[in-house]
Amino acid sequence: MHYLLPFASGQYVFPNEKELQWSVLIVLYPFLTGLVAGAFILASLVRVFDAKPVAPTYRLALLTALAFLICAPIPLVTHLGHMERSFQIMITPHLTSAMAIFGFVYLWYLMAVLLLEIWFDFRADIVAKSETTKGLLKLFYNILTLGVKDVSPKALDFDDKAGRFLTIIGIPSAVLLHGYVGFIFGSLKSNPWWSSVLMPIIFLLSAIVSGIALVMLIFIVTTKVRKQVQNVPCLDAIARYLMFALIFDLALESLDVVHRIYEAGEWVDIFGLLTSGYLFWTILGLQFFLGGIVPLAMIAFTRAIWPPASVRGAMYTAASAFVLVGVFAMRWNVVIGGQLFSKSLKGLTTYRLGLVEYEGVLGVIGLLILPIVILYLLVKLLPPWVQGHHVERAEKPST
Amino acid sequence: MSEDPKDITRRETLQTVGRSVLLIAIGVAGGVGGISTLQNVRREMKLKGTKKEGRYPGSPWYSMAIDIEKCIGCGRCVQACSEENDVPPGHYRTWIERYAIMKDGSVSITSPNGGINGFENDIDEDKVERAFFVPKLCNHCDDSPCTQVCPVGATFETKEGVVIVDYDWCIGCRYCIQSCPYGSRFWNPKRNTADKCTLCYHRIKKGEQPACAEVCPTGARLFGDLSDDASPLAKFVRENATMTMKPNLMTGAKVQYKGLSKEVV
Repeated sequence: MHYLLPFASGQYVFPNEKELQWSVLIVLYPFLTGLVAGAFILASLVRVFDAKPVAPTYRLALLTALAFLICAPIPLVTHLGHMERSFQIMITPHLTSAMAIFGFVYLWYLMAVLLLEIWFDFRADIVAKSETTKGLLKLFYNILTLGVKDVSPKALDFDDKAGRFLTIIGIPSAVLLHGYVGFIFGSLKSNPWWSSVLMPIIFLLSAIVSGIALVMLIFIVTTKVRKQVQNVPCLDAIARYLMFALIFDLALESLDVVHRIYEAGEWVDIFGLLTSGYLFWTILGLQFFLGGIVPLAMIAFTRAIWPPASVRGAMYTAASAFVLVGVFAMRWNVVIGGQLFSKSLKGLTTYRLGLVEYEGVLGVIGLLILPIVILYLLVKLLPPWVQGHHVERAEKPST
Repeated sequence: MSEDPKDITRRETLQTVGRSVLLIAIGVAGGVGGISTLQNVRREMKLKGTKKEGRYPGSPWYSMAIDIEKCIGCGRCVQACSEENDVPPGHYRTWIERYAIMKDGSVSITSPNGGINGFENDIDEDKVERAFFVPKLCNHCDDSPCTQVCPVGATFETKEGVVIVDYDWCIGCRYCIQSCPYGSRFWNPKRNTADKCTLCYHRIKKGEQPACAEVCPTGARLFGDLSDDASPLAKFVRENATMTMKPNLMTGAKVQYKGLSKEVV
């Protein structure tokens, strides 16, 4: 029996906590960066770990990562009270703040890793395009070549090596990019919902899960739109990675839950109230069931009974869509859930998500469509369907 | 044997390895020693922070003590603060909580509008075991989590130990509001920045009292200089059993409470 009956006489919320500070926009931010990190790690499987079956998605994964990375800071910056001061995070970074390194991590990842890797991988294509196109497009591709038009085997070999090197740098960078987002939440001792050393790791694993699912889904949809035959062996291979990532992710998320219940700290009553009420459906229903157990079961079932290719493709499509919903729910549960209780640990607050307001549903949908639009443009400019020369050469029988 | 060049090489190698190990050991020992010395210095400074001198010797080390038994929950402090600092309605740089410990063991905690209009006598007296008011404000922590997380350094600690926000530099990310375990920070919709108690920095720099302490009719709020042994605050803290909020979080909260009950959140 509890020594204090915590909520017997009503709840208490600190008077300054009647409104939530971080809206759904801040839910989007870890969701978007997670997709970037996950897509990149899928690409790196091809490049560094030589996962040949998923090679057809390599370039698409890189472009997907870029499209989403371009959009990742938008919800952050628009949520600031003073957007016009956002540059200060670069000129006066406060070094004890986890958030202060955002600009540097972001720029490092964008400029030093992703753009460079894409450039090396697509360089031969860009050079070819600069010779076959006309007018403004020709100028555009000429600029993209950065004046390097050497496509001799030696140069291509260098591209390959540079790309590989960048991927090797890119993996820890992607881990940093997203693990650090988890750290922003996990390092706050003021908030027991967030404060956990597992947070960066859980963020990272769910990022990998969501990125793989996203690339798989985009790969399936674009193949369909292009009226091509689905490359089911490739999907089988991606689904296998997705399954392993899901198992790790679910295991860690469950560990987090079990640990909290078993440890039963001072927050146990308020967490119980929160998870049995407002967050019940988004945690148990969306995050764990629809976004975790269901897709895991679907992929495992598909692998076990191995139905015809078309059925497998359909299963993978549904599974990846569910995973994306589940990971979005996970970000919601962390960001919004962590603000739904007072730091008095004696009362719950509420959050109302509007439809057409500045930080409402339509804004979120817009911010989720924007990276797809950017990806469409990127795909038009740099078609990823032809595999990069490094893959082609890797597939040639060695003499 | 010593003429054998191979042997000399081996001896030289051994000597080199030995010297390297020694150098590394000295380096490690020096590093560890240096770090622990720094930590000791820091710890000592912290002790000073709450006892004699502030972090900045020669400068006052301002804080406040609250005598819970003296607070009558009239709300004048909240009103005065709101007017003095143009605090937007619905937000509080300081507020009062009323705790009613019922005979059945339950606890009722209320703070209607931060207690700005006082409290109504709405609890059945027969059911109440005891009741008291707790004025709250920013604890002006010595190791403030809000200062730690500000990405641009817009919130900082003055040399007098007062944690304030530079409203012209704050980008409005709200990370500091999330990091405060006391709910002392809020979003100021007029400024579009974070906001909080400044201990009426503009007043105390002129030698005046913070507005809340000045208007308190019972003297429940005692403002002063912790580093000055002769100050009423230092004397109060010395002579009474006082406690800070959530000391387990190691924020170095400086606001001292006398008569703090376990029910207080």
